[in-house]
Amino acid sequence: MVKRSVIPFGPQHPVLPEPIHLDLVVEDERIVEAIPSIGFVHRGLESLIEKRDFNQMTYVVERTCGICSFQHGMGYCETVEKIFDVEIPRRAKFLRTIWAEMSRMHSHLLWAGLLADAFGYENLFYQCWRIREKVLDLQEMTSGGRVIFSVNKVGGVIKDMDADMLKAILETIKDVEKELKVIKKTFFDDYSVKSRLKGVGILTPEQINALGAVGPMARASGVENDMRRLGYAAYSEIDFEPVVSNDCDCYARCYVRIMEIFQSIDIIRQAIAKIPDESDLSVPIKGNPNGEAFVRLEQPRGEAFYYVKANGKPNLQRMRVRTPTFANVLALCEMLKNTEVADVGLLVVTIDPCISCTER
Amino acid sequence: MANITRSPWLLHYDGSSCNGCDIEVLACLTPVYDAERFGIVNTGDPMQADIFLITGGVNEQNIPVVKQLYEQMPEPKVVVAVGVCACTGGVFKDCYNIIGGADQAIPVDIYVPGCAARPQAIIDGIVKAIGLFQERLENSEKESDKVG
Amino acid sequence: MADTVTFKNEIEEIAVDSLVSRAEELIKAGYRFSQACAAYIDDKFELSYSFSNYDNYDLLNLRVVIDTDTEVKSITTVVPAAVFYENEMHELFGVKIVDIALDYKDKLYRIKQECPLGPSGKEEA
Repeated sequence: MVKRSVIPFGPQHPVLPEPIHLDLVVEDERIVEAIPSIGFVHRGLESLIEKRDFNQMTYVVERTCGICSFQHGMGYCETVEKIFDVEIPRRAKFLRTIWAEMSRMHSHLLWAGLLADAFGYENLFYQCWRIREKVLDLQEMTSGGRVIFSVNKVGGVIKDMDADMLKAILETIKDVEKELKVIKKTFFDDYSVKSRLKGVGILTPEQINALGAVGPMARASGVENDMRRLGYAAYSEIDFEPVVSNDCDCYARCYVRIMEIFQSIDIIRQAIAKIPDESDLSVPIKGNPNGEAFVRLEQPRGEAFYYVKANGKPNLQRMRVRTPTFANVLALCEMLKNTEVADVGLLVVTIDPCISCTER
Repeated sequence: MANITRSPWLLHYDGSSCNGCDIEVLACLTPVYDAERFGIVNTGDPMQADIFLITGGVNEQNIPVVKQLYEQMPEPKVVVAVGVCACTGGVFKDCYNIIGGADQAIPVDIYVPGCAARPQAIIDGIVKAIGLFQERLENSEKESDKVG
Repeated sequence: MADTVTFKNEIEEIAVDSLVSRAEELIKAGYRFSQACAAYIDDKFELSYSFSNYDNYDLLNLRVVIDTDTEVKSITTVVPAAVFYENEMHELFGVKIVDIALDYKDKLYRIKQECPLGPSGKEEA
């Protein structure tokens, strides 16, 4: 019989930008079980509802996570708007869509870079991050912030994009698209990249459904769930098809995310073509929210879930964010079984972990 | 050889930040901002690190981790707190699980403000840290000369 | 064109005893577990268990309202994905959930304060 031993992984690990700890039970080099322990980044953000009113909470919720910051703000605002039962101006919807897709682009590029770093392809890592900076420049130009840009408010958005900005966005994404096509080739066709990714970390659609995995993780295993189809913001007026792969492995997850960057470029183009010329960016909100609402939306990492309950006071009764990584951690542990220790870093990265989201 | 100085190695740890500062720290190390041109090298190994970049406040669970990482680093060392959360606790100051800024766990030398801290500010912090590190290195060399 | 879907988004109030059986029914009917969360409102716990159907994007939220000392049977026997959610409810609110498949016993987040969002936490604040 092979002797079992436990290898601790994390919380501080070169491959991880964020702390997560896994106890890997191994037999020789093979992992038998992985037990996650989280809580290194737990802040208790949901308790701040007692101290901040529902408008101020927008900015707290945006700081759930720095990468999908905009989408967190948007999700929270959509939820409170649903309680108020207000419809935000059409232009604000389109602006939200454009910003949301920009943040998806930068998040996926960031992930692609980290993946390249995890399999030891430093050049590719730097190339991804170089391209990503162009998207960040666009975010800074339109909102004033590079990663956290607080442009949402309950009832609409705060900032507008003028014609010059929209033109600059179109020019930059054309540039990004051109460069992406080059790195896409490396990710999809390179011999060594393929040998690291193909057939590693298989998750069947049945496992995905049983463990509740979401987003690109699910779509890479043939489970087509894309919350953008719910038609929040301006997605109801945009033509897109969720990217799905049936390979179920790390390569498929890579494929889905890279193709989603192209999809985001396409969505931004459509949104800019259709954006209406209005001067109103928000509707006035009177009084305090009263009621409860559940809202789902598609973040770069998958389905995020917002729940707000209020009783007519400025402070909410309950605010809950279920982030995509929280749903994906269990799938990660399942995926780690029967893999080699050397692949752990890579596998952890392929779920696109966002630990600060997870623990809030 | 007088103008050849040691390249300080940099260790980055995410306390309980929201990630915003972490990706900005990483952005600093990648092509556009490229802090490595100042002679630093990013490492994942505390035992070889000279500058400790910490983002986010500290909480009950990561205090021992932060302390351990700091103790594992060889002398002399410099600590840079990046972002308002690492400085004071930031927006999360009132949360039940946040003790405060990074200085609640370890001595911090340089505070970089911002939410999220901009790459320019982080680079400024790193450059200051390099200066402080050289100063401490010279001081410790002088002292060891005296002893020797 | 990927049509946007019209979807149901409903809350269904059920008794605490029927939680596990109702969850099992939903899973068999093709629903998938989405999330679970607790809220401490007016000296009672409100638990929401959300299930989505990814064929038509319907969302069904099971709502259980219980006293703070009522024991809730874990749904992890039928829904393995609920492990973290139930541990979280137990740790942050103090909801008495029994028979969780992987019970972290208040060590999921390892926070100092006990049940910060539950009854004891509210009193201190």
